[in-house]
Amino acid sequence: MHTWTAHEIRDKIKNKETSSKEVTKAYLERIEQVENKVESYITVLADEALSAAEAVDKKIASGEEVGSLAGVPIALKDNLCTKDIPTTCASKMLENFRPPYDATVSAKMKEADTVLLGKLNMDEFAMGSSTENSYFKKTKNPYDITKVPGGSSGGSAACVAADEAAFTLGSDTGGSIRQPAAFCGCVGMKPTYGTVSRFGLVAFASSLDQIGPMTKDVRDCAMVYDAIVGYDPMDSTCVKCDYINFESALSESVTGLKIGVPAEYFGEGIDPSIQKAIYAALDTFKALGADYNEMHLPLNEYALPAYYMISSAEASSNLARFDGVKYGFRAEKFDDLFDLYAQTRSEGFGDEVKRRIMIGTYALSSGYYDAYYKKAQQVRTMVMKDFDKAFETYDVLVTPTAPTTAYSIGEKTSDPLQMYMGDICTVSVNIGGLPAIVLPCGYDANGMPIGLQIIGKPFGEKAILNAAYALEKTITKVKPVL
Amino acid sequence: MKITKDEVLHVAKLARLKLNEQEAEALTKDMENIIGFANKLNELETEGVVPTAHAIPMSNAFREDVVKPSYDHDEMLKNAPSSDGEGYTVPKVVE
Repeated sequence: MHTWTAHEIRDKIKNKETSSKEVTKAYLERIEQVENKVESYITVLADEALSAAEAVDKKIASGEEVGSLAGVPIALKDNLCTKDIPTTCASKMLENFRPPYDATVSAKMKEADTVLLGKLNMDEFAMGSSTENSYFKKTKNPYDITKVPGGSSGGSAACVAADEAAFTLGSDTGGSIRQPAAFCGCVGMKPTYGTVSRFGLVAFASSLDQIGPMTKDVRDCAMVYDAIVGYDPMDSTCVKCDYINFESALSESVTGLKIGVPAEYFGEGIDPSIQKAIYAALDTFKALGADYNEMHLPLNEYALPAYYMISSAEASSNLARFDGVKYGFRAEKFDDLFDLYAQTRSEGFGDEVKRRIMIGTYALSSGYYDAYYKKAQQVRTMVMKDFDKAFETYDVLVTPTAPTTAYSIGEKTSDPLQMYMGDICTVSVNIGGLPAIVLPCGYDANGMPIGLQIIGKPFGEKAILNAAYALEKTITKVKPVL
Repeated sequence: MKITKDEVLHVAKLARLKLNEQEAEALTKDMENIIGFANKLNELETEGVVPTAHAIPMSNAFREDVVKPSYDHDEMLKNAPSSDGEGYTVPKVVE
């Protein structure tokens, strides 16, 4: 049962071929079996999940109206607030934090009548690309447990790949949904900025953060997006507009689709096996009736430094709230109020979080603001214009998701800048607020998944979902052996 | 790009972080590398380019000014690391 896709589970529960309790039990058993190897969860809610499943089953039995994903067992990244359930951001700072409210997406998952299995590991405060920055544990890649699952939503990706939940939600500030989805061979989508409410998502970089689905297939991705998309008065950056039903709009046809292939994403440093797999997929698209052309996004290499300045600046401001006063960790020993703040933050934050706060504070500090923060925002404008121009000609862009497939645990932890370089294919999408989906398009010589990224215009989710849906039909997926 | 340890300690103070000797050394090196990398942005001429703070063009998000219930006082204090039951407690601020 745990290998069923989320839409299959939804349909089978709806048609009374199975019950939510049966499926939830199967997932809890699966967690029991493989979680000691994968370590994707921070919190497992076994008893709560079973009671929730029973409640949904009762509703269905009595003919009551149920939500769109009734009975489907899911898990959430641990930076999405869940009322009275620990939400740690994988940080010592929030180890004992129990939010007094639900994030909007958490509330929407409840309204949809999903069953919450637990909360998932991540890089501390979503800062990282390998989930090695978690205060609690290192999540493993289900395809090879000596390798990282990617990050920062590494727990969310590994959980789906290991069949430890029917689907999960992650968050993506510079690639944190897409890169782990690529590393773990699942589907992940970062929606257009402003389409999914960020209320209750613990903020990292507010102008870049977006929540999105991480799923077993493209149909699941569309289905979950349908459940979380929409205006929310609690998030003032949420866009007011009407959304179609993306799942029912899925179509395998890519006839006439114009695909741009930005040469800058295939340069030095991108593993040849990945380039080969992406081009093989492009040829498949061509065979299906689409057309692709190489083109240029000349400013892509500047997106990465701009991203690190903007995201770190916003992070340094957002994380100022963790001061040991209103919630979270407080240091035991301090001299005065200043010392309470400093001691708490120094003991509560891990190295990478401190590094980002330091870079961000530097970029915002007097004398450097124009040279770094403002400069990065100007480059952001230029990168966005590059995209605008590209989308005058092309419907979607196809690129690799990361320069390599999943690497070994510990391989890149000594040099932060090297780790940042791994985000070269993903950050510009956040800079532009664009939607992008990642799906597996093949496997390297070691059997590690290769993720293909499809980037769309703002609000172009339909086009990227359809393209992914068409390609997925031609790909033979390989499940990890655990 | 040269960043001194004194600059790092100054920034740490602004960020309310206390760094031990080892952390200060490591961060000096890391920040020199990372800020050095950011200097790549200087290769681009940005004179007159309007900075973007937000990817989706939208101006003020207005809503009706309606009174709604606040979160429960005791609920909010549950997460406080230190409280007297009424409010958050901190070391004496005004001497």
